[in-house]
Amino acid sequence: MSRNFALAYAAILLACAALPLLGDNSTRQLGLEFAATLTLATLWNLLAGYAGVVSIGQQAYVGLGGYLMFALVVFTDMPVLLALPLAGLACGLIAIPAGRLVFRLRGPHFAIGTWVLAEVFRLFFAQISALGGGSGMSLPIMSILAISHSRPDRLLLFYAFAATLALGANLLVFLLLRSRFGLGLTAIRDAEPAAASLGVDVMWLKRIVYIGVAAFTGLTGALIFLQNVRISPDAGFSVNDWTANIIFIVVIGGIGRIEGPLIGCLVFFGFRAAFADFGPWYLIGLGALAILIMLLQPKGIAGLLHRLLARRTARPGFANSKINRAL
Amino acid sequence: MISWLDIIVQGFLVGGFYALFATGLSLMFGVMRLVNLAHGDFIVLAAFAALALVQQFNISPLLCLILIIPLMAALGYLLQRLILNRTLGKDVLPPLLVTFGLSIVIQNFLLLTFSADSQKLPLGTLTTASISLLPGLNIGLYPLAVLIIAAAVIGALQIFLYQTKLGAAIRATSDDATTIRLMGIDNRHIFGIATALAFAVAGLAGVLMGGYTNFSPASGPQNLLFGFEAIIIGGLGNLWGTLLGGMVLGVAQAIGAEINPGYQVLAGHIAFLAILLAAPRGLFPRMAG
Repeated sequence: MSRNFALAYAAILLACAALPLLGDNSTRQLGLEFAATLTLATLWNLLAGYAGVVSIGQQAYVGLGGYLMFALVVFTDMPVLLALPLAGLACGLIAIPAGRLVFRLRGPHFAIGTWVLAEVFRLFFAQISALGGGSGMSLPIMSILAISHSRPDRLLLFYAFAATLALGANLLVFLLLRSRFGLGLTAIRDAEPAAASLGVDVMWLKRIVYIGVAAFTGLTGALIFLQNVRISPDAGFSVNDWTANIIFIVVIGGIGRIEGPLIGCLVFFGFRAAFADFGPWYLIGLGALAILIMLLQPKGIAGLLHRLLARRTARPGFANSKINRAL
Repeated sequence: MISWLDIIVQGFLVGGFYALFATGLSLMFGVMRLVNLAHGDFIVLAAFAALALVQQFNISPLLCLILIIPLMAALGYLLQRLILNRTLGKDVLPPLLVTFGLSIVIQNFLLLTFSADSQKLPLGTLTTASISLLPGLNIGLYPLAVLIIAAAVIGALQIFLYQTKLGAAIRATSDDATTIRLMGIDNRHIFGIATALAFAVAGLAGVLMGGYTNFSPASGPQNLLFGFEAIIIGGLGNLWGTLLGGMVLGVAQAIGAEINPGYQVLAGHIAFLAILLAAPRGLFPRMAG
């Protein structure tokens, strides 16, 4: 990624981060949703686009993070803001044995395995009557009021938290890719067998990324359901909300590109604002768009922009080589 | 004692459905290394197509099979030639993401056309008829017939793959899709044939399932997961193992349902994960070679 691109990218990100500070409650709420979605998309891009770990079961950790946070608050009277990071941490710990299990499945079967895991979590929480069973539970009002009595203040705080997560996730990916660790990841993305033959411990890298992304996803899930105040098995472990939409965002924006999730989120929220009233047609359109992009432009809008920009500033030799495009 | 025997027998019988769900999935993976995440949704699509025919022409769902099986095969061939062939390559990502997108598109198309209601194909007394083996142990004739059909489909597929020229071409393409082109065989056409076969079985599975259990536009993924679990429990690439894997899954679900109706599906998933932990290559792994 060129320096100019990085600057433009940082500027857009900061603008998105600053916008809701100026607005009213509904703008803050939209900003919060945007930031949480961008976080999940960035994490999925790291997982599938860079580490080659194609999970379609990340909703497992969104719901788990939410439920663990609710359980900590309800059963131990823990302050919400302490329960939040603990829930994320617990998701990372649970991902260690869970990952061991699903990584026994290779390639495309791994993807369905992660889906089974998410279903196990959903059906499990639906059976726990202390957590409301199939109909779910609410956060006690006192624990919400303990954060702040003013709803605008709470929304601002949650929004700031979500924006920090989104910026943090992007910064993490950016720094990770410049590290030795990231070099291994990029090598896996470009040619997995070659990376392995050059001494990259592919399985170890994949597992570490899976666990780290699970913890981060769990934290994001806990924040999403803190703002919702209610959680249920179907909402927490929804494959449509936390996986289908996220995959569409990353594919449309550009998978394996650091700016892909942001571009995808902008397209997604615009698309949703324009067409959400059309019900099922809206998801048919989104799915069809993602399929078309995967077939015709596998690097998404980000890849298309890159090609157009590269053509304008085309220089022979090193500048356009693969090395320059590695980021 | 007899009640537990009854539960296990009922579970075994359900295995026929799961084997039928799994056969197409297994065939496509075997030939193209492609996992079709929309497989369960295509099964449901076939069931809804049968429902539309039944409502329109007031005919028996089983008669619809004459139309639905070739239609599904044609759909499979076209899908493979027009879309899926473009996604094949070293990368596992494109076929997964394209078929996942298809899954969402089909679910919402069905939601739009048929509403979210649960449906069932009218088969009358056919699905409730049973024979008594022992006092207290009844076997439903319909699931028994489905189990026999599943075994017949797998047997026919084995004969086709191992004893016909086209079957040999499919196996050769599965081994090396590049070299086969040097032999004058179009691998894209062979892939189309394999998917057409897989979809024909999915059409059969959809109609048979639709007469036995409720289905809705959202029930596709569950069929996919059950079929997938039958494959992994049985051992990859072993179609007879898949049939046994489906039975193991059915028994686990039946035992779970007996303890608490809410545990039925969960017990099946947990049995799958336990087997994955204990025997990652499945209970009946194919011999090397």
